[in-house]
Amino acid sequence: MDLDALASCLTSPACLVTQTTSGLIIGMLLFLVAVGLTLIFGVLKVVNFSHGAFYMFGAYFAMTAYQLTGSFALAILSGAVGTALLGLIFERAFMSRVYGRDVLMQLLVCYAFVLIFDDVVRMIWGPEFRSMGMPAAFQVPPLFIAGGVVPPYYLLLIGVALVAAVVLGLGLARSRIGKVIRAAAHNPGMVSALGINTGLIYGGVFALGGMLAGLAGALAAPVRSLTPGMGFSVLIESFIVTVIGGMGSILGALIGALLIGLIRSFGSLGFPLFTEGLMYLFMVIVLVSRPTGLFGKEVA
Amino acid sequence: MTRTRKPGISRRSTLALMGAGAVSFAAPWAARAQAKTIKIGMPTILSGRVAQLGTSSRNAVMLEVEKVNAAGGLAGRQIEMVIRDSKGQPQEAARIARELVNTDGCEMLLDGEASSGSFAVHEVARDLGVLCIHTCSEASSLTADPKQHIPNAFRCVRQGIHDSIVGAGYAAGIAKAKGLKKWATCSPDYAYGRDTTGEFVLYLKKFAPDVEIISESWPKLFQPDYTEVVTKILQAKPQALYSCLWGGDLTSYIDQANIYAMFTQMEVFAVNMADYTALTVVKNLPKGIHSGDRYIKTFPPTPENAAWGDAYRAKYNEYPTNWSWQNATAVMFLNEAVKKANSTDGKKVAEALTGLTIKCPFGADGTVTMRADDHTLVGYAIGWGTTIPQEPYVPDVKAGDWKTIFELEAEWKKSKGYT
Repeated sequence: MDLDALASCLTSPACLVTQTTSGLIIGMLLFLVAVGLTLIFGVLKVVNFSHGAFYMFGAYFAMTAYQLTGSFALAILSGAVGTALLGLIFERAFMSRVYGRDVLMQLLVCYAFVLIFDDVVRMIWGPEFRSMGMPAAFQVPPLFIAGGVVPPYYLLLIGVALVAAVVLGLGLARSRIGKVIRAAAHNPGMVSALGINTGLIYGGVFALGGMLAGLAGALAAPVRSLTPGMGFSVLIESFIVTVIGGMGSILGALIGALLIGLIRSFGSLGFPLFTEGLMYLFMVIVLVSRPTGLFGKEVA
Repeated sequence: MTRTRKPGISRRSTLALMGAGAVSFAAPWAARAQAKTIKIGMPTILSGRVAQLGTSSRNAVMLEVEKVNAAGGLAGRQIEMVIRDSKGQPQEAARIARELVNTDGCEMLLDGEASSGSFAVHEVARDLGVLCIHTCSEASSLTADPKQHIPNAFRCVRQGIHDSIVGAGYAAGIAKAKGLKKWATCSPDYAYGRDTTGEFVLYLKKFAPDVEIISESWPKLFQPDYTEVVTKILQAKPQALYSCLWGGDLTSYIDQANIYAMFTQMEVFAVNMADYTALTVVKNLPKGIHSGDRYIKTFPPTPENAAWGDAYRAKYNEYPTNWSWQNATAVMFLNEAVKKANSTDGKKVAEALTGLTIKCPFGADGTVTMRADDHTLVGYAIGWGTTIPQEPYVPDVKAGDWKTIFELEAEWKKSKGYT
C-alpha cells in the first residue's frame, strides 16, 4: 500500500490528467466489449461467454487488413465488419439453437466455441504472438496537458468509444429499429405476432454485439500483443463491468467500465499489489449493496 | 535309428516358453534397454502468448536430434522425441511429464517449461527418478537451492543470478557515467520476475551504491494492458527503468510505453529484449534499449554461432530464440554424456553429465560446462549491449566476465544460506 503516492497524485494536476486519461483508456476499451455483452444479454437473454473471441478476431482481422492495405481506417473497419458477419453466422448457426435452454447448456456451448475459435486463430495466424504496430500517423510525441502525458492515439480510442456509446444509446432510445429491439427484449412473442421477424432482430443484435467487441479488438491491436486466447482476460473484466453496471444496461456498462478503468489507474498508485483485488472488491461491494448492479433492473 | 518327435509340447519348448514369459513379465527395464529407439519426453509451451518460445525449443531440439540420429543415435539407439503442450500451466506440465514416463515409455525428460512449470516437472523427476534436463527455467533457486537438488536433474539454461551480476555491472557503469540515481523496476509477478529483479537490484546497489529504487511495478504474467503500469512509472519520474518482462508481455509493454514516449524520458534496461522473438516482432523498436543477450547470432561473435543461427533459420524460416540455444545445448550434452557413459541408462548418463564440458557454439570460449556441484550450466556467452532497430539489432555486446560471476555467485549463495 502506498497511500502517500496516491495522495500526492490527487493533489498534482499533471498526475490527475495522466491517471484520469489512463483510466478512461482502460475503461472505454472495456466498455466496447462489455456493452456488446450486456446488449446480447438484455435482448437475447444469453450470457455470451464466447464474446471475448470476437474481441480477438477483431484484432486479428485488423492486423491482417493493415498488413495487406497499410490503411489504418480499413483495418478498423475490417475488425468491426468482419466480427459483425462472424457474429451473425455464429448466432444463426449455433446460438439460435440454445435460446431458452438451461443457462448451463448455453455456457457450455459458448465455452466450447471459445476453445474452437482459439484453435481456428492458431491454425490461420499461428500460435506465436503478433504485433500490428502503431500507424505512422500516430507515431508522434504525446501531448502534455497540464503537465500530464496523453498519447494522441488514446484520444482517438476514447473518441471512437464515446461515439459508439452515444450512437448506440440514441439509436436504441430514439430510432424505430431501437424501439423494435427493446420491444423484442421485453416481449418477443408480441413482436413476432406483429409480423416482425424476431430471428432477424436476434441475429442483428448478436452481430452488433460482436461488432462492438471486434471494434475494441481492432482499436487495441496497435498496442497489444495478439495471441490465440487473448480474448479471455478481456472477457472476465467485461463480465465484471457488466455485473457492476447491471446486466442488460448500456448506461451501466459505460459507468461500470469507467469506474473499473479509474480504479485500475489510481489503484496502481495507491495499492500497487492489490490493483486486481481492488476491482473484485468493488464488484463485491456493489453486488452486496445492489444485487442487480448499479443500473440493473429486478427481473420478475 | 531315427528319433521320432512325440506329439504335444516338448520339455525343451516348455522351458523356452517359460523363460521368455519370465523375461517379458519380470523385466520391462530389460525390454526397454533393448529397444532400438530411445524415447525422450518433452513438456513445453506450444500455445498461448509464449508459444513461439516453446515452438522454438521444439525446433532446436529436432534440429540437434536429427544430427544425432544421422550420426547413429544415442549409443546406437535412434532418438524419438515425444513433445506435448502444457499450455504454460504448471499442473498440466507435471501431469504430462508423469504421463510421458509412465504411459509413453520415455526414458528421459527435456523439460521445456518456463519457471512456473519447471518446478512442478522437477518434482515429477524427483518422484520417478528419471533423468531430467531443464531447458528453459532461469529462476536461480531451481538448482542453486540445495533443497531442490536431486542427482537425476540438471539445468541447461542461463541463470537469473548470472544475468543479474553481468547486467548490474553493465548498468552500474552507465548509471555512474550518466548520473542515473533514481530507478524504477517493472517485472512479471512470479518466481522468475521477483527473483531476477531482486538479484539485479542487489548487485546494482553493490556496484553503484548511490542508486535508489523509487518505484516498483509487478504486472501479472500475460497481462494484456500495461497502461496503468506505464503511467505509474512516468509519475515516479525515474531516470532509469529495469524490466525482465519477456516475450509477448515485453513487446506489448514496449508498444504501450512507446506512445507515452517513455524511451525518451529514461534509460531502459530490459534484460530480455535482445532476442529475435522480441526484436523482430516489435514494429517500432526504440533505439538504445539496454539488453542482455538472449540469442543473437552475432554474439558470441564466432563462425560456429553464426552458422548455427543460419542453419536454424534455413530450416524453419524464422530466427532462433533464447530457448532455442538452451534446448540445442541440452541435446548436445545428452549426446556427449551418452558417449562418455557408453550407455543410455539414465543413472549412468547423469553421472557422465555431472561436471561435463563440451564444445558448443554458445560457449563464451567455445565450450560450456555442466557444473558438478549444482548441476547447472556455466561458461555460456553472456553480455549486455544497446539495441538498434535493424540487424544486427545489438551490435556492441559487452561480454561478461565469468571469473567475476563465479565470485559473486558464490557470495550470493552463501548469503542465501545455500552453501
